[in-house]
Amino acid sequence: MLDIQKIRADFPILSQKVNGKPLVYFDNGATSQKPQVVIDAIAKYYQEINANIHRGVHTLSQLATDAYEVSRAKAQNHINAKFLHEVLFTSGTTFGINLVANGFASILKPGDEVLVSALEHHSNIVPWQMLCEKTGATLKVIPMNEKGELIISEYDKLLSPKTKIVTVNHISNALGTINPIKYMIDKAHEVGAAILIDGAQAVPHLKPDVQALDCDFYVFSGHKMCGPTGTGILYGKEAWLNKFPPYQGGGEMIKEVTFEKTTYADLPHKFEAGTPNIAGGIVLGTAIDYMNEIGFENIQKQELELLDYATKRLLEIDGLKIYGTSNLKTSVISFNIEGIHPYDIGTIIDKLGIAVRTGHHCAQPIMNFFNIPGTIRASFSFYNTKEEIDRMVDAVKKAQIMLS
Amino acid sequence: MTIKEIQNEIIDEFSMFDDWMQRYEYIIDLGKNLPLIKEEFKTDNNLIKGCQSKVWLQGEQNGETIVFTADSDAILTKGIIAILIRAFSNQKAIDILNADTDFIDEIGLKEHLSPTRANGLVSMIKNIKMYALAFDAQKKN
Repeated sequence: MLDIQKIRADFPILSQKVNGKPLVYFDNGATSQKPQVVIDAIAKYYQEINANIHRGVHTLSQLATDAYEVSRAKAQNHINAKFLHEVLFTSGTTFGINLVANGFASILKPGDEVLVSALEHHSNIVPWQMLCEKTGATLKVIPMNEKGELIISEYDKLLSPKTKIVTVNHISNALGTINPIKYMIDKAHEVGAAILIDGAQAVPHLKPDVQALDCDFYVFSGHKMCGPTGTGILYGKEAWLNKFPPYQGGGEMIKEVTFEKTTYADLPHKFEAGTPNIAGGIVLGTAIDYMNEIGFENIQKQELELLDYATKRLLEIDGLKIYGTSNLKTSVISFNIEGIHPYDIGTIIDKLGIAVRTGHHCAQPIMNFFNIPGTIRASFSFYNTKEEIDRMVDAVKKAQIMLS
Repeated sequence: MTIKEIQNEIIDEFSMFDDWMQRYEYIIDLGKNLPLIKEEFKTDNNLIKGCQSKVWLQGEQNGETIVFTADSDAILTKGIIAILIRAFSNQKAIDILNADTDFIDEIGLKEHLSPTRANGLVSMIKNIKMYALAFDAQKKN
């Protein structure tokens, strides 16, 4: 069992008051809070070893480079990547997806097909639409059902030798559905397609094993898993990354530069042009350590308990409907109350100290599917408690009375 | 009444409330009495961008003045737009253009509403002023 009070003490922001009320932070799907070790590690980097990496012969530059590369190895180990050079530092999931989509720009031909799922975040839709516009390839959508699950029989039908890449999230940000990615990866490979997994919403809850999954790409952000903002990882199989042209030109990514011709650095540096977010990259490693110390089994147990409890409590409210009712879900509840705009509820409960997300959650196609303007999304982390859920339920009830 | 006089009246009304709940309940009441836009004017053209909720605004000339009507799918947003319409509807274009909007700060709306909403509020004011600008230019021609 986790000692939740002890864990909460690791997160200074959780003891804050917001609008005069103790903060209840249920917007973990947007970004997680940061433990003191992570906050301290950022200051420590700037106080003790700040220097540019992979360049200087001086001691500080070496120390910073070592710390950065140690962090890369932690990420490699965390996701069980085969090679260190398959693990690229990025500014986040969005950057990772754009890098891969750009890599396919020189590969796709008119008539080729890109499969995205109906459950995607805009950042896993728009880069592929841009890719299709550029190459003449066609974007096809794997549909979903009323429970917010992908219809896998339709996925099977959409796959064909024309399919060049499939892109799907491990877990839906708007609904919390866990997708059957292992099956989808194997099926994509059967037709010779590559597959990218958007793990942004998965890594706060589980430890992906990219070799066991056998996905071609796995992307995620550091800030949703207790790490700093502006950090992320793109895992890509060596063969694919070698095939792709560089994404950005600049320092660090070159072997030799003349005005006639430039040769590029080897992986991973080929894709890491310019001075990166050094502090962020190093501290992402601290966050990974922190999460592993808590333990993903413990995290999942606590979060599932919160999910069950919150689902039960919320359904006590008259006219409340939950969107995303798959049996395979993480600790995300998207809901609306009949006759009340989600925005109104969000605004009122904010005054009561409850932080939730309202709106379309950057997943407008999902909202269109349900024919709603948006939802209220409460997303729980291992540091949340049942008492906080009680406070949210009370706040929602109060808002309902005010707004009816 | 001039725009300034109406704004001062609104400030007086809001100063009676002790806490945010009373303030919000009043905004909700105001929303329920919003002069509603005709259904036929609820078009994409009249939709204001920058709000999490949908807001439609329509301005029509009535002699020397402009009459505003609006609607929203969120009740708090309806309340906010009702306050703006009360201040700016049935006024001359030139007066609308010259009016300031400091009263919004004074009734605590900017500070008490979320940043997304604050943006929506800014867009609403901008759209009201755009109508005034258009009608004023028309008059000069």
